[in-house]
Amino acid sequence: MFTRHGSLKPGYDVVIIGGGGHGLAAAYYLARDHGIRNVAVLEKGYIGGGNTGRNTTIIRSNYLTPEGVKFYDQSVRLWQDLAEDFDLNLFYSTRGHFTLAHTDSAMRTMRWRAEVNKHYGVSSEAVDAAFVKRAIPSIDMSCGGHAPILGALFHEPGAIARHDAVAWGYGRGADRRGVEIHQQTEVTGIRVAGGRVVGVDTSRGSIATSRVLCAVAGFTPRVLDMVDLHTPIYVHPLQAMVSEPVKPWLDPIIVSGSLHVYVSQTARGELVMGASLDPYELHHTRSTLDFVESLSAHMLDMFPFLSEVKVNRQWAGLADMTPDFAPIMGTTPVEGFFLDAGWGTWGFKATPVCGKTMSHTVATGRNHALIEGFSMERFARYRMTGEKGAASVGH
Amino acid sequence: MKIMVCPLNGPRPVSEFAYGGEVRNSPDADACSDAEWSAYVFNRSGSPGVKHEWWCHIASGFWFIALRDTARDTVIATYRVEAARNLLEPPGRAP
Repeated sequence: MFTRHGSLKPGYDVVIIGGGGHGLAAAYYLARDHGIRNVAVLEKGYIGGGNTGRNTTIIRSNYLTPEGVKFYDQSVRLWQDLAEDFDLNLFYSTRGHFTLAHTDSAMRTMRWRAEVNKHYGVSSEAVDAAFVKRAIPSIDMSCGGHAPILGALFHEPGAIARHDAVAWGYGRGADRRGVEIHQQTEVTGIRVAGGRVVGVDTSRGSIATSRVLCAVAGFTPRVLDMVDLHTPIYVHPLQAMVSEPVKPWLDPIIVSGSLHVYVSQTARGELVMGASLDPYELHHTRSTLDFVESLSAHMLDMFPFLSEVKVNRQWAGLADMTPDFAPIMGTTPVEGFFLDAGWGTWGFKATPVCGKTMSHTVATGRNHALIEGFSMERFARYRMTGEKGAASVGH
Repeated sequence: MKIMVCPLNGPRPVSEFAYGGEVRNSPDADACSDAEWSAYVFNRSGSPGVKHEWWCHIASGFWFIALRDTARDTVIATYRVEAARNLLEPPGRAP
């Protein structure tokens, strides 16, 4: 599926650090839309082995800020044609997405989000409890009696997709256009001279380049140390788990902020479930029993009949969090060093639009209009892009 | 990390504790620049390492300081705040 490259070339026009969905998408659009093909993607593990292969694959655009809604809406539109673009089945499946509200204040936030969404042309409605029950007949509307469902935000375009295939599709598309993907290649340093990027040192030798895109999720702070940049990014693990396959019974994607649950059923019948972030900083993908216990308890609040279903696997990824729950993207004070980071728990759905906007930014040296609200400088100006209210669960 | 040793209550399950972030000292708000202040407000030392952190034993409301390796999830030591006064510099003397 991919070309094998023996050794690194002495130099590239662009070096992309991180062979996940974001990095490979940027490489793909650089080659396809901007004609920049002398590009190396450096991946210290294997492609799609980080958060691209660890998320719960939910795609939606019902965010809270105008910046967020416009950005993610563009992403959802790109998603819908992607399989054809790649000639690869992504198992993109539009399911509808319910964010349950268990309190009056949550209902208020749902109405707020629905109005912002509709203003920007995104299908999104605040719906009542009867609507939820009709769509998900098997749900216990009282949630065990302690968190009754009052209504929900219903987002019709909400979808899931096969996450590994996204990395493979972008990777293959980039590879066919001449981009070199080097796996098992760790970046050990970034050379900067006179405030400009001049090269990258790796575990397999040094490369000369004037442009570097950093798309490494939970490893961002370590790469930023190499260019002496400081950001608010902090890293917590995010765990998820999957059940044994059962017959199809859950069509939509269900999210409950109060119960800290998001769940969907895959085409194979497994329930893919996630919850909130681990409660303290950690750069390790270990699993905990606390996580399985609390997530299972909350799942049973909604769906008591699942009590006999087994959990097959659990895992974790490293989430690069920001204080306002929006990413940090674009140019940086180091000329030629571009950042696509701060993707915390919300990065998978943004993969296509991140590739589009970052490839534009790298090619032109100027931030794409869609990412202006996500610049690194917003913190020094105290201008947050507050997306916490639209995060799937109250992290 | 499944058990943490609280300086007041002894070894307890980690689920009884709340994380309060890294021990940091604020710059002198009257003397520092806007850039220094916003860096203090927002920026964090995001890379893994051995860090001094605030932790609270929730059941007893007891705040203390833990020295923890954030790459390996191991607690190296825990202190009462009195024993860690040297970490808490007065304003204006932050590193």
